[in-house]
Amino acid sequence: MLRVENIQKHFISHVLNGKEVVGFRSVSFKVLPGMALGLSGPSGCGKSSILKCIYRTYLTGMGKIIYNSQTFGTVDLAVLPENEILALRRKEIGYVSQFLSVVPRQPAAEVVAAPLVEEGVSRAVALQRARGLLDRLNIGARLHAAYPATFSGGEKQRVNLSRAIIRPPRLLLLDEPTASLDAASMQVVLDLLLEIKARGTTIIAIFHDQAIMDRLMDDIYTMPVKES
Amino acid sequence: MPLTTAMPTQPNLPSTHWRAGMPSARKRYSYAFLDEGAKREIRRKLLKAVAIPGCQVSFGSREMPIARGWGTGGLQLTLSLIGPDDVLKVIDQGSDDSVNAVNIKKFVRNVTGVPLTTDTRVATLIQTRHRIPEEPLHANQLLVFQVPIPEPLRLVEPSERKTRRMHAEADYSRMWLYLYEDIVRFNEITVGARYPVMVNGRHLMDPSPIPRWDVARLNQSEALLLFCAGREKRIYAIPAHTDVEPLSFEDFAFRVENFHGHCCSRCGCAGSFLDEVIVDESGRRTFICSDTAYCEKMRRRGAAADAAQEENR
Amino acid sequence: MKPILQVSGLTKRYGPGCPECLRRTGALHETNQCPHCRSIIACREITFDLFPGEVLGIVGESGSGKSTVVRLLHFDDEPTQGEFRIKLNGSAGAACNPDPGRNLFALGAFERRQIRNAHMGIVYQNARMGLRLKVSAGGNIAERLLMAGWRHVGQMRQRAAELLIATEVPVLRIDEPPQHFSGGMQQRVQIAKALSTRPAVLLLDEVTTGLDVSVQARVLDLIRSLQQETGVATIVVSHDLGVIRLLTSRTIVMRHGCIVEQGLSDQILEDPQHPYTQLLVNSML
Ligand SMILES: Nc1ncnc2c1ncn2[C@@H]1O[C@H](COP(=O)(O)OP(=O)(O)OP(=O)(O)O)[C@@H](O)[C@H]1O
Ligand SMILES: Nc1ncnc2c1ncn2[C@@H]1O[C@H](COP(=O)(O)OP(=O)(O)OP(=O)(O)O)[C@@H](O)[C@H]1O
Ligand SMILES: [Mg+2]
Ligand SMILES: [Mg+2]
Ligand SMILES: [Zn+2]
Ligand SMILES: [Zn+2]
Repeated sequence: MLRVENIQKHFISHVLNGKEVVGFRSVSFKVLPGMALGLSGPSGCGKSSILKCIYRTYLTGMGKIIYNSQTFGTVDLAVLPENEILALRRKEIGYVSQFLSVVPRQPAAEVVAAPLVEEGVSRAVALQRARGLLDRLNIGARLHAAYPATFSGGEKQRVNLSRAIIRPPRLLLLDEPTASLDAASMQVVLDLLLEIKARGTTIIAIFHDQAIMDRLMDDIYTMPVKES
Repeated sequence: MPLTTAMPTQPNLPSTHWRAGMPSARKRYSYAFLDEGAKREIRRKLLKAVAIPGCQVSFGSREMPIARGWGTGGLQLTLSLIGPDDVLKVIDQGSDDSVNAVNIKKFVRNVTGVPLTTDTRVATLIQTRHRIPEEPLHANQLLVFQVPIPEPLRLVEPSERKTRRMHAEADYSRMWLYLYEDIVRFNEITVGARYPVMVNGRHLMDPSPIPRWDVARLNQSEALLLFCAGREKRIYAIPAHTDVEPLSFEDFAFRVENFHGHCCSRCGCAGSFLDEVIVDESGRRTFICSDTAYCEKMRRRGAAADAAQEENR
Repeated sequence: MKPILQVSGLTKRYGPGCPECLRRTGALHETNQCPHCRSIIACREITFDLFPGEVLGIVGESGSGKSTVVRLLHFDDEPTQGEFRIKLNGSAGAACNPDPGRNLFALGAFERRQIRNAHMGIVYQNARMGLRLKVSAGGNIAERLLMAGWRHVGQMRQRAAELLIATEVPVLRIDEPPQHFSGGMQQRVQIAKALSTRPAVLLLDEVTTGLDVSVQARVLDLIRSLQQETGVATIVVSHDLGVIRLLTSRTIVMRHGCIVEQGLSDQILEDPQHPYTQLLVNSML
């Protein structure tokens, strides 16, 4: 499904007179369709950066990210034209981080329903399914019409996740999406992720919670040590 | 084409004397007052104007022995076009007898010797201010309009440079917008005289301050219609059989003046453009034909018919 | 997917020009003014594509040439050099539907205006540029419709009313001139006007600059929702990265008339490459 070959990431800060920061060095791994791969390693070793490189939020300095896409066939995400990356983001690849990344001033239910509406599902049906999902994640009806920007950290994360999985993507990138969740919510999230995985979604994820790593992941990639 | 018949060049025809300035000073002028160079220029510009219907062509307007604003443009066209075979009629708002019309008529006769007439059917060349004669024109006639403001877009755009570009690009949305706003405010188009018309589907044109009644009659004219503004030095033309369309909306059609069933109180005619006049000190009003020659003709025709009826009895 | 709009080598010089102009200006030289002949190279060799339904951002400091690019694309000004192609659905060759291979800058003014009237909408930084402040709000919208050949007063008023509703301007004020409207409302009328002919391309030049923050937010939300509803391909010019983040999916960064960087908007914001972009991102609050 996805094969990462020898990718590297360096940040050059011109603001700091060309200071160079290593994101990660020479990373290679692959994920088979329908599998879940966990990334592990100490803080600062570059886990988040890898997911962002796959999603093109970061440019990849060197190496290849070979992805077997439904829309365009086999492509290298490191160099794919931007408009095709955008098309893949719309249709195939989802990304969820611990930070809220939604349009402001939109009610939670609308935010979650948006991907379905975009796909052509009627607004009413989409909203109904969004509410169902939010309910399952213990976001009460009271919050459905409120703006997520005003939510607590844990609530925001659940809205983020709901939005990403209401229409499960082919490839889902998760960067600690449960960092501030309580145990009960965590269990629901895990169940949901197992469900979409069973329905075919490939997952690459970073979780600090070892229990989730154990129960969700088929494989773990341990980041190479950065020599400094 | 009427233009050729009306453009003879006759360098050595008997020039007429004309009394100018001080009574004692007599001066010889060339035929039709203007020098041949000036006439030639105007005729050339006219050819261009006829070739691009409704398009304003600039020309080097001359000083005339009448004040600008009193028909110097029309007069220059008349003088450039007139020949010894022409018969001239001059009207001012429909009247052959206004001081202005009479002055122009006399002047042209003095410098050319052409006969004058008030009869529209007889005239070969008609100079007019603000009216079209009521009787239909025919192919061998020229109608010369005196134009105060040749630029129809002046109403919406003061800059000459910009109006020129608007014409070049047929960009008339500002004029349309003006009419739209008129309708929004007054529920009708209030533009009275100088109603903008589209000529040959291409150029927006100012028809001079003729009533809407006459605007409607510019379309598919039999006669060549010529326009000239002396002060602003512009000539334009509508050749015979040209489409002339007053700007109007699908749901706000162009409408001519409505006389609400009134007839001319002098000749009794119902199908002509009427002026409302006050007839006595009490302020009583009545309607009479604006075209005085036409009115007179109709009145005589009516009287003759009456007489014939009388005889038959 | 084929681009709806293709711009290549777009350059605009103000001033006489000399052989030095292009060599001695631009981002590298930290100026857009030729030291030799004093000409301003307002933008140079601007090349980009715009895809159907996409929102593209142009960001850069004051004077970097953003508005110039937009003005050139709207045919408000003549480029010194460059090509501009537009590809629309429907039959090419019709009066206002040019052959996608044609360079629009090579067309006559009349044809260009027809294309603009049929397919483009613009909202200017300054409402005075985009509106006739003394003509009624409805009349401002009607002007655009009139340009596109509408000739039915009733239909134009109805369309104007629809658009005022969509842009949340009280319909009761349709016959009032916008000169007494608030800044936010004037921008709304501009947006209504720009969208009135259902354009294929919408150009927005600093639509929210100079508005109160709360009004800004509402105008931005409006643009977002209208853009999503109509799917109009949009270029958003702003020096505000917040606006870029909210509205756009791709972004071009300009400086001294040049494109110094272009990429996905989140990449520009999170992994900027060019020193100037990094400075810009770092100065964000
Ligand atoms: N946009 C950026 N600009 C500059 N440096 C960056 C940027 N993003 C990440 N880095 C640097 O790259 C390195 C890897 O960061 P990254 O966030 O990928 O680590 P991580 O493994 O996800 O850590 P954590 O477990 O704490 O989230 C760090 O040294 C970080 O400072
Ligand atoms: N008509 C003109 N004549 C001369 N120079 C001009 C003209 N129009 C723009 N310029 C110059 O071109 C450069 C680019 O101007 P432009 O308006 O495109 O900048 P901008 O990026 O939109 O800036 P802002 O963010 O302030 O709106 C500026 O240096 C400006 O002074
Ligand atoms: Mg991280
Ligand atoms: Mg600007
Ligand atoms: Zn009468
Ligand atoms: Zn120079």
